[in-house]
Amino acid sequence: MTETYRARDWAGQPAYLSPDYKSTPLRSPTRPLIALPQSLSEITGPVFGAEVVTGDDADLTRNGRRNGEPLGERIVVTGRVLGDDGKPLPNTLLEVWQANACGRYVHKADQHDAPLDPNFLGSGRCATDSNGVYKFMTVKPGAYPWGNHHNAWRPQHIHFSLFGPSFATRLVTQMYFPGDPLLPLDPIFLATPAATRNLLIAAFTLDATEPGYALGYRFDIVLRGRNATPMEA
Amino acid sequence: MTLRQTPSQTVGPYFAYGLSPEQYGYDFASIAGGDMAPAEVEGQRIRVEGRVFDGAGAVVPDALVEIWQADAQGRYAHPSDPRGSNASFKGFGRFGTGTDKQNRFIFDTVKPGAIDAGQAPHLNVVLTMRGMLLHAFTRIYFADEASNATDPVLHLVPEDRRHTLIAQPIGGNVYRFDIQMQGAHETVFFDV
Ligand SMILES: [Fe+2]
Repeated sequence: MTETYRARDWAGQPAYLSPDYKSTPLRSPTRPLIALPQSLSEITGPVFGAEVVTGDDADLTRNGRRNGEPLGERIVVTGRVLGDDGKPLPNTLLEVWQANACGRYVHKADQHDAPLDPNFLGSGRCATDSNGVYKFMTVKPGAYPWGNHHNAWRPQHIHFSLFGPSFATRLVTQMYFPGDPLLPLDPIFLATPAATRNLLIAAFTLDATEPGYALGYRFDIVLRGRNATPMEA
Repeated sequence: MTLRQTPSQTVGPYFAYGLSPEQYGYDFASIAGGDMAPAEVEGQRIRVEGRVFDGAGAVVPDALVEIWQADAQGRYAHPSDPRGSNASFKGFGRFGTGTDKQNRFIFDTVKPGAIDAGQAPHLNVVLTMRGMLLHAFTRIYFADEASNATDPVLHLVPEDRRHTLIAQPIGGNVYRFDIQMQGAHETVFFDV
């Protein structure tokens, strides 16, 4: 018996057209989305888990080393991946990427005048365990300027990409840090409804902090959960 | 128990070394690229290529296109499809529009078979880019498939917009599928 996924929580999602984020007006659909009842095409999806996490993939302080350690404040990021039905999602892949401690991306198009770190790539991946828990090690990313408006700066953030159990549960998002003074000024963060915005901010926690080594942040991720009733054939 | 779903945020302009590192020449392994079907996979070899256009008609050079598809027998490589698929065909492809000179996405794959419940052969698409706070779903059908006429999803779409979901053969097993974010031929996007 196959199952469908709960509806997307549209009230909790940023709108495609969010004019303060100036790239949206020409890149957002203008016609209403057409509702597509979930079929086998939507309730299936690419299956990626621990088998694609190898070597130091989950340790960004190691996977880009050339001649030493990357600079920056070491952090651990951990949390659970759950369906919105509260059920943890085991063996689910998370892909992450971020700027280095100076706020510079390795990407060739990033021209921000801040140094690259020869020992930091800034991308990694990890998978959840049988309890839906993931964990990776990195350095805290720096804030960086962008061209959205005069003196615009992105708050410190880490990009996340997940599939979850189906194509319908796909999520691409960003994790922010508590107390960042740039959050109330950031059009991308602010495009998110007030009711759900804070779900994007990690919590500092001593529980995940590794004594003498790295500060710990907790960030839980909630995907669309399964409907209680099976799909009609 | 109901938890609130984590909101989406944009993939931003710098996803390449995280999501498509090999395609863009970064020193990190990719989980998928545009070459979806290893030599031993059965089926008709096709290439699907196209470009993404913004509301001003400009080509988007920093979009990420993801494909999820059934194998040539119409089976998905996923536990919810009990039929079991071609062992070496994962059915997933990912391509950024930043490496091709014309900013195309290019997928080399096998043509999917018809899916259950009368669905014509199609590719499922997730599209995301800087300036999209939430990814969008669409589908790619094939102009040379008679079963399009009875496909239940195409029938949900107003007739004058259906062409935006149909890839056109341009010769040599290549299909062309452009994505228009806006305008008279705005691509149909779905709420899945
Ligand atoms: Fe970013």
